[in-house]
Amino acid sequence: MSGDPASSAGAEPARDGAPGPPTGSAPLPPREDAREWLATMVLIRRFEERAGEMYARAKVGGFLHLSIGEEATIVGSARALREDDYLISTYRSHGHALVRGTPPENVMAELFGRVDGCSRGRGGSMHMFDASRRFMGGYGIVGGNLPIAAGIALSSDYRGTDEVTLCTFGDGACNQGTFGETLNLAALWRLPVVFMVTNNQFGMGTALGRHSAVTDLQHKGEGLGVPGMRCDGMDVVDTYAVICEAVERVRSERRPLLVEAITYRFRGHSMADPEQYRTKEEVAQWRARDPIPAFAERLEDAGVLTSEQREAIDTEATARVDAAVAFAEASPSPEPESLYDDVYVLGQTVRGTYSVLTTDPAAHPSQADEADGATDEIPQQMTDALLAGEDASLRGGEAS
Amino acid sequence: MAEMRYREALGAALREELRRDERVLLMGEDIGVFGGAFKVTDGLLEEFGERRVRDTPISENTIVGVGVGAAMTGLRPVVELMTINFALLAFDQIVNHAAHIHYMFGGQARVPLVVRMPQGAGHQLGPTHSHCLEAMFLHVPGLLVAVPATAADAKGLLKTAIRDDNPVIFIEHESLYGVRGEVPGDEEHLVAFGRARLAREGGDLTIVGISRMAVTAERAAATLAGEHGVQAEVIDPRTLRPLDLETILASVRKTNRCVIVEEGWPHGGVGANLAALVSEQAFEDLDAPVHRVSGADVPMPYSKPLEDIAYPHEAQVIDAALAALGVTAPAAAGHVDGAA
Repeated sequence: MSGDPASSAGAEPARDGAPGPPTGSAPLPPREDAREWLATMVLIRRFEERAGEMYARAKVGGFLHLSIGEEATIVGSARALREDDYLISTYRSHGHALVRGTPPENVMAELFGRVDGCSRGRGGSMHMFDASRRFMGGYGIVGGNLPIAAGIALSSDYRGTDEVTLCTFGDGACNQGTFGETLNLAALWRLPVVFMVTNNQFGMGTALGRHSAVTDLQHKGEGLGVPGMRCDGMDVVDTYAVICEAVERVRSERRPLLVEAITYRFRGHSMADPEQYRTKEEVAQWRARDPIPAFAERLEDAGVLTSEQREAIDTEATARVDAAVAFAEASPSPEPESLYDDVYVLGQTVRGTYSVLTTDPAAHPSQADEADGATDEIPQQMTDALLAGEDASLRGGEAS
Repeated sequence: MAEMRYREALGAALREELRRDERVLLMGEDIGVFGGAFKVTDGLLEEFGERRVRDTPISENTIVGVGVGAAMTGLRPVVELMTINFALLAFDQIVNHAAHIHYMFGGQARVPLVVRMPQGAGHQLGPTHSHCLEAMFLHVPGLLVAVPATAADAKGLLKTAIRDDNPVIFIEHESLYGVRGEVPGDEEHLVAFGRARLAREGGDLTIVGISRMAVTAERAAATLAGEHGVQAEVIDPRTLRPLDLETILASVRKTNRCVIVEEGWPHGGVGANLAALVSEQAFEDLDAPVHRVSGADVPMPYSKPLEDIAYPHEAQVIDAALAALGVTAPAAAGHVDGAA
């Protein structure tokens, strides 16, 4: 079983940073699932490539962190989740939104900073979010999402559900205080979190062996009460098998696990990365283990996929990304008047001056509330909403 | 009405809200078995159990982050940080996440989280344990900031904070925990955010007191009336964001003079901000510059004589009031009118 670290030793990179041999031992999923996994990996690849092009053409601003090379880790892990499980990610999160089912149109529109973006143009590349699909966000601060994952899991437990939270972060995040703090607290409180360290061998431009005293990251939680496992993050089938085992153990045992996914990003940390910290040869060695052709060839060899079907998957992914770009281009930029929208949840108990400046004095919250003749009483509609919300949340309702 | 201490009023608010709404839970260091470092949560573990009253490891940033995640998914956590000094370890989760998630994710998620903590000098705890940092939280859009000065407000504002859908930084004061006051027994005693408390009426000048300094300002106003024949109006904003600027401006338009008293540092302080707002919006009504009384612009010293002169007392407020009235020159003490 690939969940046993001893049997997945092939996933471990050699000391010189080169990849280990392929794992390839986990059984293939049912035919339709296998094709869907491949299609999603290809969609993420084509999306990221196009995002990079759009960045080069200045259609996308800020930072852009691509996950090319990490598709097997993304798809294999996310497919181990149920729809009511939560996924929470990092600033490299386009693929996580896509794998949860957020339409590429809305992810691309977010990159373009448009109103139809999945965070309505407020977050950008690093801050994708889709509450309806329980994708609980990309987070720009390294290690910042771990405590939030524990809080989501606490909420699942508190509401009496068996939901699990999958929290992904990079090898660099293992050195943050939140890693130690959160693993300890999650173990202490027996919170249902699968912590998955996406070990792509670099914290930005610093190689694993130069930033972490312990490079066998699957063991890095053991002193905190969190046992570890490892998967071959270049192999979607192995990743799926290991994460499935982790998720089901966490779901039934109500205690956290750490899984190290061994992978590699083929592109730079961000688009502004001259990649002087690694050799072309090393990148080439890992590219030779590109998870997409490896999986496609395995499916073809197993008779699950024809070369025509493989081509059709690629064509469709390209078409969907074309459509996403067209959609993003056509989506309007947010209106200047919306600048102050959603800083606060308004219209409840609060009144008075929130912000010193607004673009439109007439929209000033204090004036609106004054006009309503706000009183010391909580408005009735709020009480109603609270009661309704209480009901919903304790039944295990959607994220509000 | 019942007379109770500030800490008891806070405890009553927590107890009532825990009873009223099962989504409310408490997390913090030593809030359960120990009963709270300042005994605010005393007895709550016994009544509500470990599911709802949770002792945490000493991991401030993570405790707040856990509160953020729980709040995003339907709970209404109240996190206690033992003191405001330790909030500095949690600034990432407070600023980058609690404050910004609603905005950054386009309104899809709400963070109905309360982070409670006491602040304040006066106990000889030196530079790391005496902070007054309300200005740092006021600086951040997305946060609401409450600074109750009385037992009644402690209870009423905390209940409102728990019911509000925004993240609330709830700043108590160490020196007020033992102070008694009349508190309404009504379980629906709620104090709205953004509504100042008129602590004392007067026509000669306006004194705005923040947090404990509202109490100090009231005492100063009594002395001003008794010894100087000066009728000061004392306003306690109660919440800094949202701010009841209208009440302050209306008072300044009546008195034409304004003194702002805070315990925190002068540069970039609450008083600096409020002085700017008053000057911008009531300049024509002012007969004197807005005067500020603040903590000294130094780390808080341990030595008692030094500590005593490093945060404002009644005498400095009286000096500033008389200076604003043109009766005397501004006092020379280091913490008046933005030293250095």
